[in-house]
Amino acid sequence: MTAPFRLPAGGRVDRTRTLTFTFNGTDYTGHPGDNLASALLAHGVHHVATSIAHARPRGIVAAGAEEPCALVQIEAPFPEPMLTATTVELYDGLVARGLRGQGRLADAPDPARYDTMYAHCDVLVVGAGPAGLVAALTAARAGARVVLVDDQPQLGGSLLGMPQTADADPAALAAELTAFPDMRVLTRTTAFGHYDDNLVLALEKRTDQLGAAAPAHVSRQRIWRIRAKQVVVATGAHERPVVFADNDRPGIMLAGAARTYLHRYGVLPGRRIAVFTTNDSAYVAALELADAGVEIAAVIDSRDQAPEEWVRRCRERGIDVLAGHAVNGTSGGERITGVRLTSGAEIPCDTLLVSGGWSPAVHLFSQARGKLRYEPALGAFVPAEPLPDVRVVGAANGDFTRDPAQPEGLPGQVLWAVPAPAESDGPDTRFVDLQRDATVTDVLRATGTGLRSVEHVKRYTTIGTAHDQGKTSGVLASGIVAEALGVDIADLGTTTFRPPYTPVPFAALAGGDRGALFDPVRVTALHPWHVAHGALFENVGQWKRPWYFPLPGETMETAVLRECRAAREGVALMDGSTLGKIDVRGPDAGVLLDRIYTNLMSSLKVGSVRYGVMCGVDGMVLDDGTVMRVSENEFVLTTTTGNAAKVLEWMEEWLQTEWPELRVHLTSVTEHWVTIPLVGPRSRDVLAAVAPDLQVGNDDFPFMTWREATVAGVPARVCRISFSGELAYEVNVVAWDGPAVWEALIAAGAPYGITPYGTETMHVLRAEKGYPIIGQDTDGTVTPQDLGMSWVVSKKKPDFIGKRSFAREENTRTDRKHLVGLLPTDTGVLLPEGAQLIATATVPGPPVPMLGYVTSSYRSAALGRAFALALIQSGRERIGQTLYAPLDDGTVAPVTVTDPVLYDKEGARRDG
Amino acid sequence: MQLITCPWCGAREEAEFHYGGQAHVPYPADPHALSDAEWAEYVFFRDNPKGRFAERWVHSAGCRRWFNAVRDTATHELLAVYRPGEPKPVIA
Repeated sequence: MTAPFRLPAGGRVDRTRTLTFTFNGTDYTGHPGDNLASALLAHGVHHVATSIAHARPRGIVAAGAEEPCALVQIEAPFPEPMLTATTVELYDGLVARGLRGQGRLADAPDPARYDTMYAHCDVLVVGAGPAGLVAALTAARAGARVVLVDDQPQLGGSLLGMPQTADADPAALAAELTAFPDMRVLTRTTAFGHYDDNLVLALEKRTDQLGAAAPAHVSRQRIWRIRAKQVVVATGAHERPVVFADNDRPGIMLAGAARTYLHRYGVLPGRRIAVFTTNDSAYVAALELADAGVEIAAVIDSRDQAPEEWVRRCRERGIDVLAGHAVNGTSGGERITGVRLTSGAEIPCDTLLVSGGWSPAVHLFSQARGKLRYEPALGAFVPAEPLPDVRVVGAANGDFTRDPAQPEGLPGQVLWAVPAPAESDGPDTRFVDLQRDATVTDVLRATGTGLRSVEHVKRYTTIGTAHDQGKTSGVLASGIVAEALGVDIADLGTTTFRPPYTPVPFAALAGGDRGALFDPVRVTALHPWHVAHGALFENVGQWKRPWYFPLPGETMETAVLRECRAAREGVALMDGSTLGKIDVRGPDAGVLLDRIYTNLMSSLKVGSVRYGVMCGVDGMVLDDGTVMRVSENEFVLTTTTGNAAKVLEWMEEWLQTEWPELRVHLTSVTEHWVTIPLVGPRSRDVLAAVAPDLQVGNDDFPFMTWREATVAGVPARVCRISFSGELAYEVNVVAWDGPAVWEALIAAGAPYGITPYGTETMHVLRAEKGYPIIGQDTDGTVTPQDLGMSWVVSKKKPDFIGKRSFAREENTRTDRKHLVGLLPTDTGVLLPEGAQLIATATVPGPPVPMLGYVTSSYRSAALGRAFALALIQSGRERIGQTLYAPLDDGTVAPVTVTDPVLYDKEGARRDG
Repeated sequence: MQLITCPWCGAREEAEFHYGGQAHVPYPADPHALSDAEWAEYVFFRDNPKGRFAERWVHSAGCRRWFNAVRDTATHELLAVYRPGEPKPVIA
């Protein structure tokens, strides 16, 4: 297939290889080095997309990331929406289609890999155009560690869009750069965000250009997090269009983009081209295209006087220069066929090149909080004052130093929009933002409603909110608003530049943090056994905990009732390894614990265990658990599973910031131990079987003590503690030995029907005994006294964290919420956790006086009924009263308030 | 992502740190000698200035050590970092 608009020679594409691709169902060819836009233009295809609101045909306007129109969807090899044809490198087998503003996300998982990289450097140079290359070379020659990033596959920036000369050969510059050992050059990499302290984020496309040939083991894209001592912003400038009626037809293109298609890709944008400009820069495009064989229909210069030398050169080639004219209309359908001037003259053409001047790409500088100022000579915003450790150079800084090879000319004119032709009566077609289909009339409607800020106009009109974020339209919008309001654009300013500079796929931002790698999953040493035995799991923080172990045919309810019955009537065991464990060691360990816990810990004897509660300085319960004294100077405390890190940090904070004189070290030992509660009337028999040398009797091994013992042949710490009210032991072994000890307990318990149970049964058993779970039955506003645990608050200790707050007036109010039990009158009613409680059998009008709420609610095998725990105002004074819980179905359930301990109040079962 | 200089580890990304509120608010020598109002002042009330503020930070994802910093709350600029027990630096 021939590409009729491809010149026979020239450009930086590899003509020795041909790539085939499909666009909108038609097959085309191109070459390595092409992008989708240049390959389409080579075949004369300008009509690429459709406008979102008015379904107008749209073409290719630019040659880079600033493209406002040519949105495409890639369909193969993997669907990707909302890319611009100017930024998709061509590859064999590419299948794409033009979009009408919206694309289609893949419905299959993305098979590609994504990654994150980190780099630190002395100097980061963003942009490898002439200014960036000089900056990078200068820094490298001075011995600096340099990172140079550029979004194109080759270095050179704007040089790639100019005639190739020996003294500005990007390839030679690239070769010199890469010879420096401390130079990292990242091509196909777009710096999209400039954050605090010179952190710059960049997106590197590694295998996009390979299509289906991309190797699976190489990440497709990766995010670079670059921390630089100095950042050099050398991002160049974006050419600005001029707004005029019907300025959106395919074939209307920025003049600089046409140069790029000519010199870089060897592609002509058309055969008969008109040029509309407000400044000198478009003349060079006209001359170069004429020299390449294009008929230049006219150069239409909005300035009253055209630059002499340029005009002379045009005349040499027979090109008409029409000074003091402007375009205010175009004709055509899927392609422009002619332009109409303000004079009324009409000029046939198949392409119109436009230049309204150049806007420095100040995005990164502005993101880094750099202040901008309006430069009237450019009609653009430029960096106002330098930021520390950030330099903006070249065109990005508004430095458009004349190429010495080009003639001297005249200053450009600032022209935002050409007035609509007088006779026009249809809808406004002077598009400011081509992607959003927003016109001059839309801007005037916004200012007409009273909007005075460009930020408000942006949000009202949506100008600058599309994929291109107004790279070509933003300054135009500011200019049109300023003219409409009669204010100086310098005072009006521009909208805020925010990251990202170009769209960044979420997959790239996520990098490797996807699926199972998104967040660590913590499992205990016994986890494989639980999986093999059919456990269902509950997430507790990052931990996977067995929730219950259903037998075939069981529901959760029947499984939990069975597990509870085993613990109360026979023997059961669970995996308690996730309990937080902190080793507290040092001569002052007891002193620290006395200050942290509400009760006395320093008096604990070696070999004993004590339950403790810790509070905040506000007197509210933070956590609870057991403390075992291992030796004179060593304790091991346990915390609630989800609170392990918080408690360690809490203790460290006090130790480091208030009591640095205490000689104590805190160490997390949570994962060092496997902890197995062995529960039930037959637990003593099972323990005796696996620990033949341990005196397991009540006298030798009383409640709240612990013993070093050999269990199943390995050293263990066995505690007599109970979270169920039953006779129970807690076997602690080093994690490595855990699975063998668990198996040994299962085997030894087989004659007694030993039953593994999960967190749900644990919760039911403890709730039957009125034991609160911190974080479930408390919410940070609950004191030990509210929980009915005044007994755990030392009266002897002169002070501990929280003590002073217990005497606060607020903490001694009689209407504080207390933890109580609830027995629904209908024994089958399981109250929802969170249900509110009221005093009346019918719900009064709002505001409904609410007395409290349900914190825990279960069905109990031991009680033969459902029950609940609740926090209720003056709850202990209400014991025996009937309250009411309005339910979701509109009914109101009567409940009796009881003591929270509902099972074995006298504690007879504890010693077996 | 700001850099915060841990006095033990050096400059690290802010995500490694946790904030600890106002610095130099010592635990009262005898809480029980305080009135409810005075105690509440310690428990609940902290300064909230616009400008320089001495505050506590902890290098949670690093050395897990606490330290103090003077930060300008209007600009987020960290003007000084110092170890617990060291006096608040005088910043010109």
